[in-house]
Amino acid sequence: MPSIYEVEETNKMVEQENLDIRTITIGISLFECMDSDLEKCNEKVYNRIMSVAKDLVKVGKEIETDYCIPIVNKRISVTPIATVGSACCKSPEDYVTLAKTLDRCAHELGINFIGGYSALVSKGMTTYDEYLIRSIPQAMAETDFVCSSVVVGSTKTGINMDAVRLMGEIIKETAERTKENDSLGCAKLVVLCNAPDDNPFMAGAFHGITEADEIINVGISGPGVVKTALESVRGESFEVLCETIKKTSFKITRVGQLVAKRASEMLGIPFGIIDLSLAPTPAIGDSVADILHEIGLEYAGAPGTTAALAMLNDQVKKGGIMASSYVGGLSGAFIPVSEDQGMIDAVERGALTIEKLEAMTCVCSVGLDMIAIPGDTPATTISGMIADEAALGMVNQKTTAARLIPVIGKGVGETVEFGGLLGHAPIMPVNPYSCADFINRQGRIPAPIHSFKN
Amino acid sequence: MEQKAQKTIITVVGKDTVGIIAKVCTYLSNEGINVNDITQTILQGYFNMMMIVDMSGCKKAFDEVQADLKAIGDDIGVEIKAQRSEIFDMMHRI
Repeated sequence: MPSIYEVEETNKMVEQENLDIRTITIGISLFECMDSDLEKCNEKVYNRIMSVAKDLVKVGKEIETDYCIPIVNKRISVTPIATVGSACCKSPEDYVTLAKTLDRCAHELGINFIGGYSALVSKGMTTYDEYLIRSIPQAMAETDFVCSSVVVGSTKTGINMDAVRLMGEIIKETAERTKENDSLGCAKLVVLCNAPDDNPFMAGAFHGITEADEIINVGISGPGVVKTALESVRGESFEVLCETIKKTSFKITRVGQLVAKRASEMLGIPFGIIDLSLAPTPAIGDSVADILHEIGLEYAGAPGTTAALAMLNDQVKKGGIMASSYVGGLSGAFIPVSEDQGMIDAVERGALTIEKLEAMTCVCSVGLDMIAIPGDTPATTISGMIADEAALGMVNQKTTAARLIPVIGKGVGETVEFGGLLGHAPIMPVNPYSCADFINRQGRIPAPIHSFKN
Repeated sequence: MEQKAQKTIITVVGKDTVGIIAKVCTYLSNEGINVNDITQTILQGYFNMMMIVDMSGCKKAFDEVQADLKAIGDDIGVEIKAQRSEIFDMMHRI
């Protein structure tokens, strides 16, 4: 039985340090919905999602009540829609009907996001992959809860530079189509390298083609808990620092494991993985940058930031890995700019630049995430930034991503407000020199030498 | 779902006052909730009490009991929470 001190510690984490379950995500395979008739395909997708996920919100609320821990988001991820619609979609507009069906499901179920409006094109693009990619701007403009992702590279395949070039244009067009809302459409669109099949976090969640019919994946959070734990070891050695992070990470992952098992039992869907990511929110005290500050950096971005983040990321994994029977997804520390008040402060202070963020993405679990850039940034420059991130992922055999938001009509010095979990962001300056001749080359970058392991 | 012994943790946090335990226990007794263990201490200047209770004999839904206890807490000026105990066991035991 727990002691009164343990009970108090757990409740303090929730009440004062923003410990929460970030998401319960049901992965749903839509392979059985494929049909040569577009209308029938839409109908099957709707029926399948509505029947599998009908109790998701109810179960989420019940678990919240039982344990008094907030479950911030309830989400769904589906088989990449480029594949699901391949037999019936003859144009980008056809794909948009599927996006609208996903959105309708999200509205009716009361969930927060639905991910999987995706194409996996790390080596080459099929005709239907290209239709889906070209439909993204309209799909993002005309839906509320649909998240889109495009995988443009992997360690095994190299980088599909044709897709990288196209995504630069698609991101600009998505920004243009949603300019009335500070180009919000781009916040729901991410370009990935080495994407995991079981990631529960948006915008990159999709139900990979290697997955079963249905699966429960849970994402946990808790930067505030780590930060508070570190307050008690100021000035101590690295050994003490690392042990503290590991122990804290273990504890918060255990809560994720409990919630995942419980949700799995209640919904009758097998448990997949826990993603033990430190995912910040704009709330004060729920910041990864604040952890870096507590470790000893005046602001995130100061020299030493990459080393501190590498250590943090590694200790989070080491602590969490034993706490759950299956760990997967991204698992590490997230460094989105707009979603983290400490990051925003560092950018506004001039301490944190895109180049430093890029270095940081070499050692943590994601990439250039939720970064607002000037609306007049050329598409080729955006593609160049995507290519850089993809190269980091490809060479380091890790997931990397780019979620860049060229805010139409705004420039450096202005800010954008996305609201909710997406937060607000100062627009960051981008290197003004051109990479157009590089990006405009055709074809792909070959896989790196260390990928040949057979 | 099969009902195991439903161990629940009730915590009371706030300013110490006369009759807190009496009020909570009267309610629990009326609802058929059995108290297995009570611990109390002063933490950071606040009265802290933890009860381990068994709700298997209780007819009311868990969220109703939570709401009732919260109302009793509001009445005496303390915070009363009821939570399933697994969250604590999971976090603090390997």
